[in-house]
Amino acid sequence: MDDLLRLLTLQDSNTRVVLLGTSILGIASAVIGTFAVLRRRSLVGDAVAHASLPGVCIAYFIVGDRNFAAFMLGALVFGIVAAAFVSFVRAATRIKEDAAIAIAIGGFFGLGIVLTRVIQNQPSGNRAGLDSFIFGKAASMVGSDANLILVIAAAVLTTVALFYKEFKVLCFDRDFAASQGWPAMSLDLLLMGLICTCTVVGLPAVGVVLMVSLLVIPPVAARFWTNRLSTMIFIAAAVGGLSGVLGTALSASLPVPEGVTSRGWPTGPLITLVATAFFVISLLFAPRRGLVAEHVRRVSLRRRVQEQNLLRAAFEFAEADSTRQHWTIQDLGVDTAPLGRMRSKGYIERRADSTYQLTPAGHEAAAKVVRAHRLWELFLIEQADIAPDHVDRDADQIEHVLPPELLAELEDRLRETGRLPRGMPLSPHPLRKGVQP
Amino acid sequence: MNDLFSFLGYGVRSTDLWMVATAVASSVACGLIGCFLVLRRMSLLGDAISHAILPGLAIAFLMTNSREPLTMLAGALVVGVATALLSAGLSRWGKVPEDAAMGVVFTALFAIGVILITFVASRFDLDPGCVLYGLIELVPFDTINIAGADIPRAFAFLACILIAVTALVTLFYKELKIVSFDPYLATTMGISATLVHYGLMTGVAATCVASFEAVGSILVVTMLVAPGATAHLLTDRLSRMLWISAIVAATSAILGYILAVYFNTSTAGMISTVALGLFIAAVFLAPRHGWLSKQTRRLALALRITQEDVLGLLYRWQEQLPTARNPHPPTAREVLDATHSGWMGRLSLALLARRGLLTRTADALSPTPAGIELARSIVRGHRLWETYLTKHLAADPSRVHSPAHRAEHYLTPGIQASLDRDVATGEDPHGKPIPPQP
Repeated sequence: MDDLLRLLTLQDSNTRVVLLGTSILGIASAVIGTFAVLRRRSLVGDAVAHASLPGVCIAYFIVGDRNFAAFMLGALVFGIVAAAFVSFVRAATRIKEDAAIAIAIGGFFGLGIVLTRVIQNQPSGNRAGLDSFIFGKAASMVGSDANLILVIAAAVLTTVALFYKEFKVLCFDRDFAASQGWPAMSLDLLLMGLICTCTVVGLPAVGVVLMVSLLVIPPVAARFWTNRLSTMIFIAAAVGGLSGVLGTALSASLPVPEGVTSRGWPTGPLITLVATAFFVISLLFAPRRGLVAEHVRRVSLRRRVQEQNLLRAAFEFAEADSTRQHWTIQDLGVDTAPLGRMRSKGYIERRADSTYQLTPAGHEAAAKVVRAHRLWELFLIEQADIAPDHVDRDADQIEHVLPPELLAELEDRLRETGRLPRGMPLSPHPLRKGVQP
Repeated sequence: MNDLFSFLGYGVRSTDLWMVATAVASSVACGLIGCFLVLRRMSLLGDAISHAILPGLAIAFLMTNSREPLTMLAGALVVGVATALLSAGLSRWGKVPEDAAMGVVFTALFAIGVILITFVASRFDLDPGCVLYGLIELVPFDTINIAGADIPRAFAFLACILIAVTALVTLFYKELKIVSFDPYLATTMGISATLVHYGLMTGVAATCVASFEAVGSILVVTMLVAPGATAHLLTDRLSRMLWISAIVAATSAILGYILAVYFNTSTAGMISTVALGLFIAAVFLAPRHGWLSKQTRRLALALRITQEDVLGLLYRWQEQLPTARNPHPPTAREVLDATHSGWMGRLSLALLARRGLLTRTADALSPTPAGIELARSIVRGHRLWETYLTKHLAADPSRVHSPAHRAEHYLTPGIQASLDRDVATGEDPHGKPIPPQP
């Protein structure tokens, strides 16, 4: 508890640095990742991250020491080479982008491993600095690293702000951007360059694989909440930043289980898992695109269809023979599921002899449904040339979703030609028992 | 170089052979199944699955508290298949783009894996590094006894996987082929594209899992895609693609192993690097789909067009000679300025001279009779096309030159004859004579 308090009040200067670094990194990569995801370039970051390993090794060969800036530069150069490799293979050959990315990931990383082993074999070789590039060590972040992240993030965000409109058009309609005379190719390269920069800066903090998660997960989570790019960017940035903060805080405050000799909870994976949690929440509970909302919509539509089918069946049963105003559910031959709901709504009542009948309110509701069904049938017969004996099934699919305005328009059409039936239109086909759903 | 040859010539130990055999078995199995990943644009599945294996291993260890290889494999296989299913489900029901869905699933699983490994690392010497690079050096020392012979366990296992993959590809060749190229046709023929899809995913997961211990996940990621993509650049037939992919995979494994021994470095890394190198070579050098041959074809076309433009120019100069005020033949400079002033133009002039279609003197170019013959056909095509456009498309005569200038290089004598019959006139819209068929 004390630990948590210390953490939240930012008393520990080291934690403060790490918190700042990871949250800024989360924000910047989420913003640039938004464009990457929309441009269907989610996994280019993966290729770039993996390809940075040989770059780091070659920088080590040239500089010969654990020089952070040289490592970064080497990683950036090879990241750009990998991105260019992917673009070239896609543009110049029949090989698709996914294959090019996979080859870049495996091939360049393989080269990196070859070089790492060569460095290790050297008498003075020591791959301590190289390993943390692969798996990342946020906890060892120092002030200068955080400053670097801050500077790069500011540069990346400024560039995105300057080219916001261009990137937006590029992501949604590249051909339109090209036809407007914009340099679509250069913009694509700029976007790739920003992805590379962001990835390379984040590598020492969270490592190769988890860097991909910072680029991809926050935008994908944000996409569930909005259809607007600007809103999406802000939500993604919030998710990315919060993931950085919460992941770091959890890693510093979670108790280490007994019997574990390691140094505690690793920061990078926790950041990824927090981001994943945001993603799962979005996937389930986002108001319109979330799975729960979609399920509710689907269930309520199915219920409405069942209810309307029951009402129409009851109405038509009585209509076909005016001596039979009450019925058993077998008489109608429809799904019994909505019966209880219809009774509690007061549309259907149960009689003493265990048969059912429509209440006045139910009769009115049923008349509306039947009217919609028959008007639509008329429309189909007149306008779409569908044979009367086929029209029932087609009308069945649409009557449940006909909006009132469309019904009014259908009536107007019929009224103009003087064919609007008074009261309830007659069914254009013989009534059958039950409603075929 | 001496070391390399001494390694090849003598001193080949049986352990070396087992390691090479293991690498070849794994690579070829990946190469065969990978062809379908490349064709179906599922290449990143191997990447996703091989990362997601990590938590599978850790969970299997935590549940059974043993390092029994079969338990580990079962854990990895379950998580591998789950990765494939989860990504597919996310993109289908969550409407997340496929690549992004994969990115979400495998990074999340990898994160869980790293955390679990961190906590069990004290009891369980699973280094994330060895999942990445594999421990091929240890393969020959972990043997099982099959029919009286000591065979490395990893090799026996991978050989089974290779046989299974080969058998599946052979048995379901027709189904895999139709589903890969036309899933809708497959569905109408009663082949379940979904079933084949999930079967393929399971096959990929099994191959990944079987391979990672010996050769590491990096090699799997490369070998699932690079040989198939290389083969796709070299042929248009699926059967040949499978053969080439297997050969490329085996070559990468053998060559990579030799180079790794020579440079004393990681075998898996070197095999990946060789596979990448072979792919890059195919990108540039493949006979039909390679960059070099595409560029060559474009260059040849550009040279032909420039040469024909030069000849056309000279023909028109000769044509106006009787009424010209300045009867001096055009210089090379003038011709180049009017056609293509760069190196392409100069190269075209040299080629025309070599083909005997043109004679060059110090200050003038003049076509030979053979050159005039060829030029007449081009100018004939040009003027016929202009006339045709004016007659049938009511095109403005002042605007028909540039389309005709482009089309003239593609009008064969047969088409010219048809056009001639159609327009049935001896003059183009500008009043110039249409040269007769020679």
